[in-house]
Amino acid sequence: MAREHGLTLIALVLLAGFAVLALGGGWLAPYDPLATGVGASLAPPDVHHWFGTDALGRDILSRVISAARLDFGIAIAAVAVSFVIGATLGCLAGFYGGWYDRIIGRLADTIMAFPLFVLAMGVVAALGNTVANIVIATALINLPFYIRVARAEVNMRREAGYVEAARLCGASNRQILALHLFPNVLPPMMVQISLNLGWAILNAAGLSFIGLGVRPPAAEWGIMVAEGAQLIVSGEWWVAFFPGLALMLAVFAFNLLGDGARDLIDPRRRS
Amino acid sequence: MKPSLDTHSDMAGTVWAAWRDRLARLIRPLRRLGWLGFLLRRLAGALPSLCGVIVVTFILTRALPGDPAAYFAGPAASQSAVEEVRHALGLDRSLLVQFGLYLQDLAHWDLGRSVSSGQPVASDLLARLPASLELTVTALLLATLTALPLGVLAATRPGSLVDHLCRIVATAGVSLPTFFTGLLLSFIFYYLLGWAPAPTGRLDPTFEPPATLTGFYLIDSLLAGDGELFFACLGQLILPAVTLALFVIAPIARMTRASMLGVLSSDFVRTARASGLSRPRILYVYALRNALLPVLTTLGMVFSFLLGSSILVEKVFAWPGVGSYALEALIASDYAPVQGFVLALAVLYLLLNLLIDIAYGVVDPRVRLEA
Amino acid sequence: MKRRLFLQSSSAVTALTALPLGAFAQADRRRELLIVANELGPNSLDIHTVGANRPSYGVSWVCYDRLLTFGAKRLPNGVMSYDFSKLEPELAESWQVASDGMSCTFKLRRNARFHDGTPVTARDVKWSLDRAVTVGGFPTFQLKAGSIEKPEQFVVIDDYTVRIDYLRKDKLLLPDLATPVPSIFNSELVKKHATEHDPWALDWTKNNVAGGGAYRLEAWRPGQEIVYVRNDNWTNGPLPKIRRIVQRDVPSAGTRRALLEKGDIDMSFEMPPKDFLEMAQAKGRVKVATVPIENALWYVGMNVKSAPFNNPQIRQAVAYALPYERIYEDAMYRRAEKMWGGPAHAPDASWPQPHPYVYDIPKARALMKAAGAENGFETTLSYDLGNATVSEPTCILIQESLALIGIKVQINKVPGANWRGALLKKDMPLILNRFGGWLNYPEYFFFWAYHGQDAVFNTMSYQNPAMDKLIDASRFETDHQRYVADVRGFIDIAWNDVPRVPLAQPALDVAMQKDVQGYRYWFHLQPDYRQIFKS
Repeated sequence: MAREHGLTLIALVLLAGFAVLALGGGWLAPYDPLATGVGASLAPPDVHHWFGTDALGRDILSRVISAARLDFGIAIAAVAVSFVIGATLGCLAGFYGGWYDRIIGRLADTIMAFPLFVLAMGVVAALGNTVANIVIATALINLPFYIRVARAEVNMRREAGYVEAARLCGASNRQILALHLFPNVLPPMMVQISLNLGWAILNAAGLSFIGLGVRPPAAEWGIMVAEGAQLIVSGEWWVAFFPGLALMLAVFAFNLLGDGARDLIDPRRRS
Repeated sequence: MKPSLDTHSDMAGTVWAAWRDRLARLIRPLRRLGWLGFLLRRLAGALPSLCGVIVVTFILTRALPGDPAAYFAGPAASQSAVEEVRHALGLDRSLLVQFGLYLQDLAHWDLGRSVSSGQPVASDLLARLPASLELTVTALLLATLTALPLGVLAATRPGSLVDHLCRIVATAGVSLPTFFTGLLLSFIFYYLLGWAPAPTGRLDPTFEPPATLTGFYLIDSLLAGDGELFFACLGQLILPAVTLALFVIAPIARMTRASMLGVLSSDFVRTARASGLSRPRILYVYALRNALLPVLTTLGMVFSFLLGSSILVEKVFAWPGVGSYALEALIASDYAPVQGFVLALAVLYLLLNLLIDIAYGVVDPRVRLEA
Repeated sequence: MKRRLFLQSSSAVTALTALPLGAFAQADRRRELLIVANELGPNSLDIHTVGANRPSYGVSWVCYDRLLTFGAKRLPNGVMSYDFSKLEPELAESWQVASDGMSCTFKLRRNARFHDGTPVTARDVKWSLDRAVTVGGFPTFQLKAGSIEKPEQFVVIDDYTVRIDYLRKDKLLLPDLATPVPSIFNSELVKKHATEHDPWALDWTKNNVAGGGAYRLEAWRPGQEIVYVRNDNWTNGPLPKIRRIVQRDVPSAGTRRALLEKGDIDMSFEMPPKDFLEMAQAKGRVKVATVPIENALWYVGMNVKSAPFNNPQIRQAVAYALPYERIYEDAMYRRAEKMWGGPAHAPDASWPQPHPYVYDIPKARALMKAAGAENGFETTLSYDLGNATVSEPTCILIQESLALIGIKVQINKVPGANWRGALLKKDMPLILNRFGGWLNYPEYFFFWAYHGQDAVFNTMSYQNPAMDKLIDASRFETDHQRYVADVRGFIDIAWNDVPRVPLAQPALDVAMQKDVQGYRYWFHLQPDYRQIFKS
């Protein structure tokens, strides 16, 4: 038992670290992440530049730190959007059933029938290359998961005794949904959110890796890996390695946390 | 008289009811067809999603900011030349008309023509689909072969060090950005160690691809009886397949473990244990077989997920699959390939779900009765 | 004939797949095989088809012949290049310009054959030229540049003689016949595949070769590879040494470099300049041939139609605020020719030549102040995502440097296919772009890039009647002195008005194994396998 919590603790510590980076990025970064020529171009890691410098002589450590805010921002915003919309739609579908359920269910099915990453690519390409559109695209492809979780939870409980009791006490449908059913949706949603945050970061990074979304010279982990990708062959591994590592650790932390949360809520489904 | 709005919805309701009856009458005899009926009903159920995919893809691709007419018209074309091309391509018509034409083409199995490759999309996809499938299937096999023992091991000793190790390994795998893992692996194994062949797609340029029978190089080279070629293809396949496999070990292992835990605590296993059957026999013959059903569903989901997300891996390894094809088309605002790719994957996804349903039916007849 | 061909290609196939037959045979085969990896393969086998990309020009070049071709010269750095000033026979064994200078008569080689064995006749030549000037789009446009415009201009005299009548005396006419566009097609073969809807059978030639060039097509898998085998019956030039060419599409530049360094491929074009620089310096098994691309420039274009860049002082300020040296070093890795810091007035009629601006922030600030813009403004700098390896770092450096004179720049990357559409609309205020002309004359460059006809390459929408007059005059000027004066005149206007600021002249780099010999630079920038051999 202690070991399990140990892992969750590690995840929390990692995330706290990233949170500090994201919030205090400007203070912590040793150099201006956008300034070119603060070091020689493509200098390997040394005392002055712990993570080395990139082709334009920008400090990679500073860029990795300042990217934390953008990456976390995108992921949190995307997950928040899909949580709010997904939970609402899912609750409606689960509670009212009938046409609500059918239409919302179809919507979720249709999104799921898409190759999700391609859908996200298409949305960003169609709406334009901006961070806001990465958020929209990532939120959209996460939507079905939230709808399904919320729908299942609400559907399971809508005939429950306490709901009947509330109804007899004269509570309106809306009150029942908001006060009695919605709180029950929250725990499984939390697991979903934590797992999804990791996935959202991966997605956003993947999109900027292929050149969609984040504009230069903004620092973002995915785009930094993409920049470093062509340098790996010539031996300048650090340009892609450190942002890739940061990306991996962030996703790893969210996934561990999600697992831990799942344990707390449903010990039997744990893995 | 009722307000017109109500009449309208009333009418819609009647029309819908009529349609529903007609549909029900159509479907009813299918019940008697047994398996076939089951299949057809399933397919009919998937149709709305498919229509949704077609409509959404169409709208999405038309919203792409590129101008295919300008692209087609070539360099140095004047504005009027571009307009001519636009007219020739039918891009000056209303979206509704374009959609109608698109549907008409679809009905004739015509997915349109790609601007950038200059070929019909259907033939492009057919030529490239085996590459993607070969990669995905190999990755899935690798992942399953790793994840199943991992899951079983973890389930037999819940809470142990092994269990936690499994969990960390699986979680680390799913946390890897595939594009980064791919780069890292090829840097280490190709560039530094020289163990893997160059990441240049399906086959080293010095080889000639095997004669196309199935489109899967591994199978075709075996059929051609060419051992050297087989290993050359296998060598190219390993790194991208491992990259993809790493990413999906976690869900499979997780589901195996959960499912095994459930089965191991069930009555029949306890009975088997009580009747003194050997441990491996219980584990592998009774428990695992029963635990595989949910794993199968996960495998289906994972497979379609892999097909969609192999894009980045294909890009990193220059794999000539449908994913990299769609990616380039999207960047080039080349409508037809994007539509064709999405449609093909959606159909594949639906078929796969169907297959899983059937597999369920085979393993567990109750499912069939319920459906 | 057919049978021999089959035996040849099948023996090549078995040699590649079967176990080694012995070191000698293996080495011999390897010497006649060239493996090339490029970023992008052709999307058509015919340069006349709509939307044909650059690599498909390369297919036309080796699978078809033209009436004329260019000679060769050795550049100062030892690399061979085509020679723009020297026309040589290809399908035409001789040609004679009429005494009035208004037509030219071509005598065809009598032994020239298409790949299927049909003799090449004057009718094929006429049909092919008719096609090129009729199909519209790029081919028609390119020929128009040399005053080759109407089918009536091409007259069949007899089976082996054809005459081209001039519309005007245009010095670009004969060189234009040596570009890939006027390739000669096997007209009888192509006509068999013509339909009412597609009278020139473009759909067929897109996927099939109907030429008589030095190489036949063995296989084409679009998006994957194209394989050529030598046409052993080719007599329109020295028979190529390489028997078989496999040209693969390998999108990742890093992979191409690794392949080259490991010796798995023989040759590769198109890599980031950094890779070429390092391979050139490494003195390993790979060598790099570098040639500045004729008549081509990287430039920053400013839209003169609207504020703030309608003010020449602001344009000059920008020209003084571009960090030329850093772009040259850190974005282009010196794989280019410097094009700044030249004399105030054009000393001669050479092109491209350096402009007079240098990186001088105080001067730029003073100009901004004089223009009443000392508080600066915001604008967007757009570039083509397809050129990102050079463009992106360049844009970042420009952004940083323009911030010093108060210009706040947002960088906008435009996906490749949207780029052309965006250029056509001409509504981007500030762009980074690259433009080059095939025919190596300054007036040709200026006609596209600066002339008031407002072609798509005049990305700045620049219009100046004085410049137009000089450009038009120089095109048909026969007196050398006056020609030079005209050219110097329009270059000076371009420097003074600076609607576009040239950054550097790009170079074409090709990396190849040490044993690959005979590489030759061509204006179309595609590989010409006919001269290549292995030592």
